[in-house]
Amino acid sequence: MSTSPATISASGSTTDRVGSLADVHEAAERVLPDLPTDPVMEALDLNVYYGDFHAVHNVNLAFGRNEITALIGPSGCGKSTVLRCLNRMNDLVAGARVEGEVSYHGQNIYARGVDPIAVRTQVGMVFQKPNPFPKSIYDNVAYGPRVTGMKVENMDDLVEEALRGAALWDEVKDKLKQSAYGLSGGQQQRLCIARTIATKPDVILMDEPCSALDPIATSRVEDLMISLREDYTIIVVTHNMQQAARVSDRTAFFTARPDETTGNRTGLLVEYNLTSNIFSNPNDKRTEDYISGRFG
Amino acid sequence: MSDAHTGAGSSLGTGLPGVPPDLSGRSRPGERAIQAVLFTSALVSVAITVGIVVALVRPVVDFFADVPFGDFFALEGDLAVVPLVAATFVVTAIAMLVAVPLGLGAAMYLSEYASPRVRKVLKPTVELLAGVPSVVYGFFALAFVTPTLLQKILNLEVGFTNALAAGLVLGVMIIPTIASLAEDAMAAVPQAMRQGSLAMGANRMQTTLRVVFPAALSGIAAAVVLGLSRAVGETMIVALAAGARKNLSIDPREGMQTMTGFIAQTAGGENPVGSTSYNMLFAVGLLLFVITLIINIISISIVRRFRQVY
Amino acid sequence: MSSVAARTARDLTRITTGRSRDRTPGSLIFLGGLWFSLFFGVMVLIVLIVTTAIDGAPRFDGALFTAYDSTLAPERTGFRAGILGSIWLMFTTAVLAVPLGIAAALYLEEFADNGRWYNRFIEVNLQNLAAVPSVVYGLLAVAVMALMGFERKGIVLGGAIALAMLILPVIIITTREAVRAVPTEIRHGSLALGATVLQTTWRQTLPSAVPGIATGTILGLSRAIGEAAPLLLIGLAGAVRFDPAGIFSPVTALPIQIYSMTSQSQEAYQQAASAAIIVLLVMILSLNALAIFIRNKFQRSW
Repeated sequence: MSTSPATISASGSTTDRVGSLADVHEAAERVLPDLPTDPVMEALDLNVYYGDFHAVHNVNLAFGRNEITALIGPSGCGKSTVLRCLNRMNDLVAGARVEGEVSYHGQNIYARGVDPIAVRTQVGMVFQKPNPFPKSIYDNVAYGPRVTGMKVENMDDLVEEALRGAALWDEVKDKLKQSAYGLSGGQQQRLCIARTIATKPDVILMDEPCSALDPIATSRVEDLMISLREDYTIIVVTHNMQQAARVSDRTAFFTARPDETTGNRTGLLVEYNLTSNIFSNPNDKRTEDYISGRFG
Repeated sequence: MSDAHTGAGSSLGTGLPGVPPDLSGRSRPGERAIQAVLFTSALVSVAITVGIVVALVRPVVDFFADVPFGDFFALEGDLAVVPLVAATFVVTAIAMLVAVPLGLGAAMYLSEYASPRVRKVLKPTVELLAGVPSVVYGFFALAFVTPTLLQKILNLEVGFTNALAAGLVLGVMIIPTIASLAEDAMAAVPQAMRQGSLAMGANRMQTTLRVVFPAALSGIAAAVVLGLSRAVGETMIVALAAGARKNLSIDPREGMQTMTGFIAQTAGGENPVGSTSYNMLFAVGLLLFVITLIINIISISIVRRFRQVY
Repeated sequence: MSSVAARTARDLTRITTGRSRDRTPGSLIFLGGLWFSLFFGVMVLIVLIVTTAIDGAPRFDGALFTAYDSTLAPERTGFRAGILGSIWLMFTTAVLAVPLGIAAALYLEEFADNGRWYNRFIEVNLQNLAAVPSVVYGLLAVAVMALMGFERKGIVLGGAIALAMLILPVIIITTREAVRAVPTEIRHGSLALGATVLQTTWRQTLPSAVPGIATGTILGLSRAIGEAAPLLLIGLAGAVRFDPAGIFSPVTALPIQIYSMTSQSQEAYQQAASAAIIVLLVMILSLNALAIFIRNKFQRSW
């Protein structure tokens, strides 16, 4: 596996594709049913509160297996909040309260008796700013399997697989013992993706994974997302509509509605559809305004 | 190409349809035990406070069983505490007269005038003053300040021990407490406020005194109050240099025994456990604890109430 | 109208002559005052060190370190017992205070829910403890030792208990600052991989905070080594003429020996005390230098 020519040619083509968006777009377009038939995760009547503040109102969404779903919308529309509910990272925010259900393979992850840590080993997350640990590249990747007590026959192989999976192996194979802080921003972000796939999750959440990266690094991460779609279900929050159009199969558009009395902005889901429909033929006027740049 | 990916996927992803992953809570007994240990460690700080109160109150109850309140809160007599409190007040006042202007001056320079590089060197240097042991300051007051500075250079008629030397040296000792905290408060004032003032044509002195100083006032007040609490509780300087004799006087040229001086000097002597003089140690200690506690609470509430939200 | 014009003209001249508004006499006096404030303390420190060094110069000999306190020959009195005692006290204090302080700080920073009243109470209590006078800790240590069945005889354990309680708030506060400086993103990254809070603390937060914790601990210990007041209360006396042999052994400390010699009138004792002060200051300055070295060498800027 480690030196399979097919993998090398795959990563070779990844670099070739940098900058040529047409190919990427083509890769992203697939024939899909109108609604996910076998959803991996579902949000059902999801409401999120921070103290008294109603952050997200009644969201219903289904995320399809081996699809990329993009959550887009103006800032403050609650898209990141929804994303953080999907692996219970919102538990870490003091005063956060979640109502409704998040179903993962039919199990409500907010049910009593569910261990948020077990959820997070299945549903991984990549953050806005690359956040490698102050350790070596190798230890960054091996960290997840080590802490979760995964049974690993050969850690070296697992690290290599994960780094190959994140299209980073060729760049770092000679400096695995060096600090992750020596990598460029884009490499760091791909390392964070490698770190996540090393724990063998089912779903990968990405919270604006490219907002801290330059255009070349961004396009590499986008290519990576498309290739990861083969094996994982990906849910990505993005500010960048072109990015959503380039990589995602489905897009959920959120907006923020100000409360009439308090002025607090509550996020709600406006429209959820195949990405091609959202961008070519939106049903809702608000989506159309946002897509065409008239708002947000 | 897609074959290669499927190959990688079969070993990496868990995406086996039909096998729902187990999300049930694991019991982690080791984890809970360690959390309990950490919590207990944090509780030790509370136990210390409770311990202080209990340790002080019990001998004090015994003390007041033998001694009428009137004898303790009296102006004179073996058991009188008023002269000790008065002496503490005199020495502390002198210390604050030294430390407040100098501490705030140093803070203003560090925060408003010094370049970052200069500040990085000067601030630790000033803080070094706080690292000098108080017994060393006490020796300095006794061996240099009184005989050389006060008697020879300033030609004052002061005793071998006197409140003035103790107060001056104590003031120097608490300069860094005040300077450091006041500097933090002033450094927290947003740059925009300074620029607003400078843009209107004010010079740096005006900006410092009329914009930065008022904006940082609550932090500065807390710094001064904390300095006060240090001064009241400081022991070795006054034990060595302020005097070992009760003296109800406000003349700083005379020697006078302060509360902490009394405690240190009595502890050094031979007092059998349970005797009245031994118990008085705790009575004075309790009074000292209460006084500093009140000062600290004032300091904490100043910070709370006036905490500026920039 | 004309006055405005006149003023503008005047301001323009000022700009062109390059005379800063920061150079007015008032401003210069103010700046001078600030300079004086800053350097007054430093001046005092220099005078203190120089005069003490001069006073103690005749006694910088081997006997200072190797001899015990002597009443028969004050000119050959030494601080062997005090120096060894201070080292013993420092290590025992560290053993008592450092693990406890780090554990408490980790609880407060990483585990405590600040919405709970008892956590807020611990918080306020800690702020108060940091400002309790050191003599009061001495009184508490006396009571603790009495509870354990020890009389006031000035043994290592008693002194170390007093000093440990004294520096505990310092260690907790500096550890918390060091822990807080580790970015939240690192914690979230670890938690998102399925690590528990404890694993995250042990494998990510704590290792990153070690330099800061070490710096704070050393500064706390350097404060402990100079303290005399709580040790006086726990019964340490200057005249101990043997080496400490364990935590139950009677002991003296350098600051205590300095205190008791300062109270003697013979010139020889004053000289010895001066020399001992220089020894004590060197010990404290080395600890401070070590702390600064650790901070500069290992501190990560995120």
